[in-house]
Parts: sequence; structure tokens; C-alpha cells
Amino acid sequence: MTTELLNVEQLRTHFYTEKGTVTAVDDVSFTIHEGEIVGLVGESGCGKSVTSQSIMRLYDEYMVEYEGKIEFNGDNLLNYPIKKMQKIRGDAISMIFQDPLSSLNPVFTIGKQIAEPLMLHHKKSKKEAYERAVELLALTGIPSPEKRVHEYPHQLSGGMRQRAMIAVTLACEPKLLIADEPTTALDVTIQAQILNLMRDLNKKLQMGIIFITHDLGVVAELCDRVMVMYLGQIVEEADVKTLFEQPLHPYTRGLIKSIPQMTGERKSELSVIKGNVPSLTNKPKGCRFSTRCEFADEKCIEEMPPLKTHSDTKKVRCWHYEEIIAREEGGHVHASST
Amino acid sequence: MGIYILKRIVSLLPVLFVVSVVIFGIVHLTPGDPASYMLGEEASPEQVNELREELGLNDPIPVQYLNWLGGVVQGDFGDSYFMNQSVLDAIFSHIGPTLSLAIVAEIIALSISIPIGIVAAIKRGTATDQSVMVVSLMGMAIPSFLLALFLALIFGVQLGWLPVAGYQPLSNGLWNHLQYLILPAISLGAIQAALIARMTRASMLEVLNTDYIKMARSKGMKERTVIYSHALKNAFLPILTVIGATFGALVTGAVVTETIFNIPGIGQLIINSIERRDYTIIQGIVLFVTLIYVTINLIIDLLYGFIDPRVRLDSK
Ligand SMILES: Nc1ncnc2c1ncn2[C@@H]1O[C@H](COP(=O)(O)OP(=O)(O)O)[C@@H](O)[C@H]1O
Ligand code: SF4
Ligand SMILES: [Mg+2]
Repeated sequence: MTTELLNVEQLRTHFYTEKGTVTAVDDVSFTIHEGEIVGLVGESGCGKSVTSQSIMRLYDEYMVEYEGKIEFNGDNLLNYPIKKMQKIRGDAISMIFQDPLSSLNPVFTIGKQIAEPLMLHHKKSKKEAYERAVELLALTGIPSPEKRVHEYPHQLSGGMRQRAMIAVTLACEPKLLIADEPTTALDVTIQAQILNLMRDLNKKLQMGIIFITHDLGVVAELCDRVMVMYLGQIVEEADVKTLFEQPLHPYTRGLIKSIPQMTGERKSELSVIKGNVPSLTNKPKGCRFSTRCEFADEKCIEEMPPLKTHSDTKKVRCWHYEEIIAREEGGHVHASST
Repeated sequence: MGIYILKRIVSLLPVLFVVSVVIFGIVHLTPGDPASYMLGEEASPEQVNELREELGLNDPIPVQYLNWLGGVVQGDFGDSYFMNQSVLDAIFSHIGPTLSLAIVAEIIALSISIPIGIVAAIKRGTATDQSVMVVSLMGMAIPSFLLALFLALIFGVQLGWLPVAGYQPLSNGLWNHLQYLILPAISLGAIQAALIARMTRASMLEVLNTDYIKMARSKGMKERTVIYSHALKNAFLPILTVIGATFGALVTGAVVTETIFNIPGIGQLIINSIERRDYTIIQGIVLFVTLIYVTINLIIDLLYGFIDPRVRLDSK
């Protein structure tokens, strides 16, 4: 087994808002190993971004409270003073955001934005940093990088911008890269290119990647392991293969069913999970998914299921998953009412 | 770039033309004229009419306008009816105090308002933020003449720290010059400071919420760098617009302040000239102030392009 890079234990993230305190991440535990690509999936609003930004402690400290442990190379980041945290950010851990246009500073050149962390963390001179910036842009596959370093974000195309942002995050060769929906804002062909790039870089630089997406199709292509998140909790964790072969949690099953299938020329009818994610101020008392689950019973509504280890590689948070699978294998699966 | 500036300057001409028509119309259509003022109250209507004839004031207004405009485009704004001076000489001998006052007021306003706007944004929702908001609201609400009287009373009369009124040119020494300007500059700049502080706060708040600020933090940038480099450069654009608009207001708003503090600037000149219907001076000052106004806005626009690369491209 490879070495542990990040170990998150019982993480809870509470925000102080005008409507009172809300808990956006609620008892999340997981481990990332060196060089591993782990997917974090779930519908929007499930707490994927909050989880990832909590790891880097990016929220205003007086608006947020973290509980639990975020161990990186054995140190609990939650105990770090902010100055020490700043040394980790952009150096050992860095982050790619969803929208490259809004995430790159419009008034700075691409070169400056890549050079900044190098000058800060690696004490490179301005000249060295810009030279490295050109190399990094080349590494991400941007044509004529010597020219691009002097350009501003608005002068690049969408795909190019995302590559530039990847170059920024790779500058200091992080051990852990958190990519928060890096392809959602891009069109399909560019999405595929960026995924290839991430795969290459992962092999070349041996960095661990947390890949956040709401698209299970992308996970199937890229990741080694997957964590499925629902309303602030991890409801299922598995290696990619078994997740698709045998999803355990009703929510995961719903997600897989809703992946668009290309059948011949036409997309098959999408089945979507009924209902909406409840708001953080209105969370169900028992199983978080009980308001939308077709198998929900009295127990589900009253009691929250624990995250249970099903096998070496699989964990699941559901009271009835065994019965549900058994029923299915016995061929008694009820046709979904949709 | 040169062509762009030239284009912008040319585009200002229509503005100046319209202003010249409007001010000429207003001046010539309001009752009273320089002739009757020159001759005093005892003069008979015949005498007044004779003088009007002599001064060309009986010509049709469009003709008078064209005569005047003909001079203006050649740089001749005419002569004052009362002072033994050309209009330009009169303006230049009064513009110094006004510009000094405006600049000192702007410097005081900026050096207070931008820092407190930034602090309020960083500490949004706290007592500090709320005090900034309340004080700036007061700054906007209090009439500048009241503030002027108040300041003169406390710092001039009661404490005796600064002169109550008067003016000394820069050639008499920097401190001599400044000490007469501080109180008027504060009373004149208070509204500006309040507006700029609020704009700084609002603009910073918006920028601090953007993804690129989060990104800057995620790169490990120190909070100081995040705020003063990444955020402020973006937040500065709307602030700059307010600065431009308010600097023009400083020049025009100086009328009241100059009167209270007895500063021999454009404000006093125009008040005296209106009183005695010194047409050419009034017209000259209004055109001149308009020119200052549009020039400042042009400079602001150019600065915009300098700060924001997106604007730079669009203007090509
Ligand atoms: N700064 C914040 N303050 C309060 N609530 C927040 C904040 N950021 C996110 N949330 C809430 O946390 C929940 C999870 O959001 P997020 O992690 O962004 O979802 P996603 O899975 O789509 O990335 C949402 O309900 C969101 O409204
Ligand atoms: S615990 Fe109950 S409600 Fe929750 S997912 Fe399992 S069956 Fe559905
Ligand atoms: Mg998100």
C-alpha cells in the first residue's frame, strides 16, 4: 500500500450565517494516498466545494468553524497558525477552480500569476520564475507559451485558460492537487483534453489528486477511487470498478442511472433522482437521503445510518443496502416508479 | 494610443460647444446687464442704451454669440467689462488658489477615505465597519458651509491652531500656503471623502468575494498581498470614476468655501462677476471649468485603460 498523504477525520465545517449556524460538511472522513486520483461526486450543493476548501482552510476564519482533523503528512492542518497554512497553500497543496475566467485575476498577466507562487514559496527570482512559467505553460500544452506568459486571461480561449490555471497550480509541484469541477465550464472536446492532461500530469509528477465533479462519467474515465457525497456526508466510498459494477447506496444507484448513455444516435431517456437536495437548515433527522429514497422506512427517517465498512474497498451509509442488493440479485427488484 | 487620445479630445469639442451656447444664452437672457451696472442707479435709460450700443449689447444675440465664439476659437475670451484685464488674465490670476484648494482637498479626502474604505470592507459587519458607514453618512449629509463654519470656529477661533480665513500663495512658503488651506480643504473634501470611502468599501467587498481572490489565497499569498495587490487593483476602477466625478465637483463647489474663508479664487471671481453682470468673465469661467472637468475625465479614462487590460484592448 502506498503512503498516506491526506487523512481527513470526522471533519465538520460550520458556517456562521445570518440565519444561524449551518453545517455544510458533517462528519466526513477519508484518506488520499500519494499519486492516487480520487473522485468526489454528488449533485451540486452536496458540500464538495466546502470539503475541498476546508482542507485548505480558505474560508474567512471568523465566519467558519472546523471540527475534526485534517492530517497532511501527519500534521493536523487545523492546528496550524494561518502563516504556516499559507506556506502549505500553493506549495504542497494547490487547487484548481471551476471557472478559469473568474479564477484568474483579470488585471495580471498569466506569467505573473504563475510566477507568484514560485517567487513566494521557492524564492525564485523574477526572471527564473517567468522562465519556469513558460515551461509550465508548455507542459500543459499551450501553444507558443513565450507569447502567452505576457497575455491577460481575457486574451485566451476557455480551454487555454483552464490550462493556464493548471499551470498556476502546478508551479510548485504540489503533493496534493484539488481540482474542483475543472472541466464543468468547458465544452466536451476540451474537457477530454483537460482530463488527459490531468492523467498525464498525475503519472509524471506523482501527485495525489482529489477530483471533484458531479459527472460520474468523468469519474469512470479518470479516477482510481470514488467518494459519493450527499448533503454534507460521504454516503459511499469504493474503487471505481466496483462502484459501477455494484453500487450499494440508493443515491449512488440513482446517480449512475442518470449518466447519459449514448445508444446509437440518440441519447437514451435520462432518469433523474426525484426531488431536490434539502437545504442545510432543513436537513432530515435520520438518513439524509430519506426524503428522496424509494426504500426509506420508519428507521431511515428516525435514525442516521453510520458509514459502514462493507468490504476492503467499500464503505456505505445505508440501513438497508444489503436487503436491496439481495432483492435485486434474487430478481425481485421493483420497477422504479419513474 | 496617441490616436486614441486625439480621438477622445476631438469628441470633447461638441460638449464644449453645447456648454458655450447654454452659458451664453443664460448670461444674456437673464435681466440686468453690465451697462446699467457701470453707470449706476441714477443713469437714465437713454444713457444706458447708448452704452449698450457702444458695447455691442444691442446686437442680436446670435450675432453677439458668433463674435464672441470667433474670438474664443482663436484663444481670445474677450476683456472684462469692469477690470482692466482680459478674461484669461483674470482667470489665471484667480485659478491658483482654487486649484490649490481642490488638490489639497482631494489629497486629504483620498488619504483618509481609501484606507478606511478598505478597513471597513475587510472588517465588514463589525463595529469598525458600522462606524465608518455612520461617519461617512454624516459626511455626506452635512452641508459644507456648516462644516466650514464649524471648523473655523473650533480650530481657528477657539483653539487658534490655524488661521480663520485668508490666503497666501505658495511663493510665500509651503506651510504658509497650506495652513490657510487646511480648514477649507477639509470642509470642501468631506463629502468627497465620504463618497469615496463608501465606494471603496463597496468595491472592495465585491472584489474580495470573487474567485480570483480565493485563488490568490489558495496560492499561499499573504493577506497583505491579496488585499493591496490582487484586490485593490481590481477594486480601483469604480473608485477612480468617483474620484474623477468628485474632483470636478471640488472645483465648482469651491464657490461657497472660498467665500467663507475669503480665498481669492475662481469662486470669488465668479460671484463678483455675476453680481455686476460681467458677461465675458462669467462665460470664460464656465467654459474654463468645463474644460478642467472634461480633461480630468479624459485622464481618468486613460488611467482606466492603464489599470485594466480589458479596457486597453477594447479601445484600440
Ligand atoms: N461560505 C458559506 N457560508 C454558508 N454556507 C455555505 C458557504 N459556502 C457553501 N455553503 C453551503 O454549503 C452547501 C454546500 O455547498 P458546496 O460545497 O458549494 O456544494 P457543491 O457540492 O456544489 O460544491 C450549500 O448548501 C451551500 O449553500
Ligand atoms: S438508509 Fe434508508 S433512506 Fe437512507 S439510503 Fe438507505 S434505504 Fe434509503
Ligand atoms: Mg462546488
